[in-house]
Amino acid sequence: MELLYFGDKGWGDELFFATLMTIAVSITAMIIGFIFAALFTPLKLSNNKFLNSIGNAYTTVIRGVPELLVIYLFFFGGSGAIMFVASIFGYNDYIEINAFLTGSFSIGIISGAYSTEVFRGALQSIDKGQFEAAKVLGFDKYIYFFKIILPQMLRLAIPNLSNVWQITLKDTSLISVTGLVEIMRQSYIAAGSTRDPLFFYSFAAILYLMLTFLSMQLLNRLETKYSKGY
Amino acid sequence: MDIELMISSFPKLLNATLITLKLLSVSLFLGLFIGLGFAILRMNNNKLINKFAYGYSYIFRGTPLLVQIFIIYFGLGQIEYLRTTFLWVVLKEPYWCAIIAFSLNTGAYTSEILRSAFQTIKPGYLEAGRSLGIPSKIIFTKIQIPIAIKQSLPAYGNEIILMLKGTSLASTVTLMDLTGVAKYIISTTFKPVEVFIVAGGIYLFMTFIIHNVIKYLEKKYGFQT
Repeated sequence: MELLYFGDKGWGDELFFATLMTIAVSITAMIIGFIFAALFTPLKLSNNKFLNSIGNAYTTVIRGVPELLVIYLFFFGGSGAIMFVASIFGYNDYIEINAFLTGSFSIGIISGAYSTEVFRGALQSIDKGQFEAAKVLGFDKYIYFFKIILPQMLRLAIPNLSNVWQITLKDTSLISVTGLVEIMRQSYIAAGSTRDPLFFYSFAAILYLMLTFLSMQLLNRLETKYSKGY
Repeated sequence: MDIELMISSFPKLLNATLITLKLLSVSLFLGLFIGLGFAILRMNNNKLINKFAYGYSYIFRGTPLLVQIFIIYFGLGQIEYLRTTFLWVVLKEPYWCAIIAFSLNTGAYTSEILRSAFQTIKPGYLEAGRSLGIPSKIIFTKIQIPIAIKQSLPAYGNEIILMLKGTSLASTVTLMDLTGVAKYIISTTFKPVEVFIVAGGIYLFMTFIIHNVIKYLEKKYGFQT
């Protein structure tokens, strides 16, 4: 237990901040994922064949390729791509992008593909009459989407979104390969310097279990809130 | 775009695909038995056994696969006692550590899939079997298992694809699977996009095949209940 003391002697505070980092990356990735889902869900539902195939390509490729490979693409390719854009503007120095940004962006793209599928499914299972009724009654676009379609969509989407959250949370462990100090990386460092990998990796497992457990409790509450009236 | 690199790296990546497929097939095979075992334990009426099986699947589904591999590969070697037993022959090989971790992980997911499949079998089938005087062992092997397999096919197909992606983590314990070789080529050539296209293409091809095989099996064994 001494290994978990806070301060210089133990790894307690380091692991605590690493856990916060994991939470921060997961939330950022989830939000980036929502942005991607907001862009690609309309494409997947569009009648235009070209737009439709773009949407399908995104979800198929990302969900069919290992997360680690996607992370390597952004880890090794990210700064290259940015430096290329910068060189167009005449900036030729080496640019290193923050591990946090690369990490949350690559996990965000992955989680976005899953969210897209969830939103598409939710939108498609809303009764057609709801769309028609809202149009017939002449609501303007804002009310049409935010007050009529979105609440119904969220009710159907939230149980599946909590699965996406679980996947995203667990995927953040893979960012440790890029050197971002989250739970896995911190455990790796601690295990290396104390030569006690069994303890630290088991402790990391407990931290992840705690995070999944607590977030499920919160999400279940959200679920009951949105299914009110059904 | 460096087409030459894409062509020259293709055979290397294809070679590494063999290791990925080996890891996938062995761990799915072992995972199926683990999953079936735990699904049966989950349906046991004894609360303790039930809780144990639930705990197993909860722990393995609630933690990242990476942690599980690291505990088995780096962690277990630390126990002095294990080093003296024959288990050490298995545990010092990254290949077997990866297989153990993957099998236990997919076993946990498979047990959930099978459990829900068993629970959705209509009681009428079992009652019919019992009223015909069929022994319960045969009801289990000849009625429950075939129906459960048919019902769990779509979910199991997803699990196979998730596991295919999971095998990429073997590269973190020094195994040169498809992702491991891809990473090696990327880090020596600094051409991530080209390598990603080739390696990602191979993965997509595999998911495509798995997806279609499962679809075919679903059609072949599909029935109306």
